[in-house]
Amino acid sequence: MTMSTNQPVLKVTDLKKAYGAIQAVGGVSFEVRPGEIFGVIGPNGSGKTTLFNSMLGQITPDTGKIELNGQDVTQLGPLELNRLGVGRTFQTLQVFGKMTVRDNLIVAAQEHQGTMFSRMFAPSDSDLGAKADALIDQFHIKHVADKKAGELSYGQQKLVDIAMAFMSEPDLVLLDEPCAGVNPSLVGGISTLLKDLNKTRKGSFVVIEHNMDFVMDLCHRIMVMVEGKVMAIGTPEEIRANKQVLDAYLGS
Amino acid sequence: MKKLAFLAGLLGLLACIFVPTLLKNHGIYLFTYWLIYVIATMGLNLTIGYAGQKSLGHAAFFGIGAYTVAVMMQAGYSFWLGMPLAALGCFVVGLALGFPALRVQTIYLAFATLGFNTAVWLVMRNEEWLTGGTFGINNIARPEAFGISFDGNLAYYYLVLAFAVVLGLLLWGLLNSPWGKAFTALRDNPIRAESLGVDIRGYTLLSFAIGAAYAGIAGGLFGSLVQFIDPAPFTVEASIMMYLMVVVGGPGYFLGPLLGAAVGVILPEWLRFAQAWYLFVFGTAVVMLMIYLPDGLLSIPDRIRAKRQSREASAARAANANQRSAEGVKA
Repeated sequence: MTMSTNQPVLKVTDLKKAYGAIQAVGGVSFEVRPGEIFGVIGPNGSGKTTLFNSMLGQITPDTGKIELNGQDVTQLGPLELNRLGVGRTFQTLQVFGKMTVRDNLIVAAQEHQGTMFSRMFAPSDSDLGAKADALIDQFHIKHVADKKAGELSYGQQKLVDIAMAFMSEPDLVLLDEPCAGVNPSLVGGISTLLKDLNKTRKGSFVVIEHNMDFVMDLCHRIMVMVEGKVMAIGTPEEIRANKQVLDAYLGS
Repeated sequence: MKKLAFLAGLLGLLACIFVPTLLKNHGIYLFTYWLIYVIATMGLNLTIGYAGQKSLGHAAFFGIGAYTVAVMMQAGYSFWLGMPLAALGCFVVGLALGFPALRVQTIYLAFATLGFNTAVWLVMRNEEWLTGGTFGINNIARPEAFGISFDGNLAYYYLVLAFAVVLGLLLWGLLNSPWGKAFTALRDNPIRAESLGVDIRGYTLLSFAIGAAYAGIAGGLFGSLVQFIDPAPFTVEASIMMYLMVVVGGPGYFLGPLLGAAVGVILPEWLRFAQAWYLFVFGTAVVMLMIYLPDGLLSIPDRIRAKRQSREASAARAANANQRSAEGVKA
């Protein structure tokens, strides 16, 4: 799906969203380049989640423009965005507890094939079994592949949750705090996985995360948000060296 | 496990074929009645058990189906024309009833469907020119096909059995296609489902529409069974009873409606000896079920399996601990 190499996968221009008197996002612009892992950091209440929800069609911004591969998607909802190649994970665990791990992965991609009518006659696994098994291997969850997702440990469910976002081979994956509630030993594992996926699938990621070491290690570029505005965008080194960011955020 | 289920299904089907030949008319009637409710609650199980919606309006579709077939036959048309019309009509009305489900959920959706049921019931009672009002429609004939008359009680039972088997297989096929996973995803977590490309609007509407079509067919069969219909069996109370059948059998279990409808149709017969105490006994049984088996009768095998697994897991943990402490002693 990658078009001309210079075109950004995601382009956000002057995005604004207010809740009553509170300007949650006050004019944010940035681009995510093909193959890039783009981090978004900022203290609580800095507008990260509002920004995220706007990009995912959960809420409609007051003004501003969101483009996906050059197409204006500002007004589209979550379903249309997903069909256009945007995958996501949520801050909290969102697996289908009563389905097996393998079925969780299959259902994450089956609706991208054929029409609703043709799927009525498709095989149960929509011929996605091999693809699901490949991701299951990559995520080291083979031993629990046939268990119900709701019966797994938190860390295992988190891995399933992340794997689901990649099943439909999206161009852009938005990860909302992939390390939230995960024990430190698994944080490194998730980081390695995301780097591998980034290399093998050539997809672009946007990552919101509070774990600073994780973000600095994983992301190619980082955007720092404070009070709904962009304070800085740059490589991890640049962000580390930015005096303003240090004072406002990292220094604390 | 799959083999065992298949074998049990085959035995059950054989029982359904041969047991009624040993029964008197009332027994055959009860079996037929039960199967008709199995068909209706199969549809409701799709709506509430698989797709996770709420509906207290299922008896309205049961009624729409019954009246459609009865009115058509009264006007001189064949049962075999009335039946598809009943299914189609209920499908369309069910689709329309699905729209509130896109806006409201849980108890609010239940009340919206309850209101719908009441409205349909009022039409049945008040529009005498169409439905005969409280006097209902008399002398509904039983159908015939290919020169075979289904007038006899046993013959009609076999017709209803054929309908139940075919509709059961169709539903089984649907639930084992990717649709089954989409419905389950919708039930477990609609927001996540939508973020994965599942058209939750479409699946919500269709879960109502297909469920309604099943109720419509069941209603058509019901009219021909009792040969007289009035608005009484299509009240909100009947909808609540159908909901109860699904919940007692096990929502989201394919065979749940078989047990649930048996509890709703056959148990009251067995409890006749209790006479005035009947409702008390029935109510108590349901309360006990809800306390001890909130996922329905068919959750029993799953519970046993889960218990065994946790016992095995704790045994394995204990063995591990023993081994470690033994090694500790050595060291």
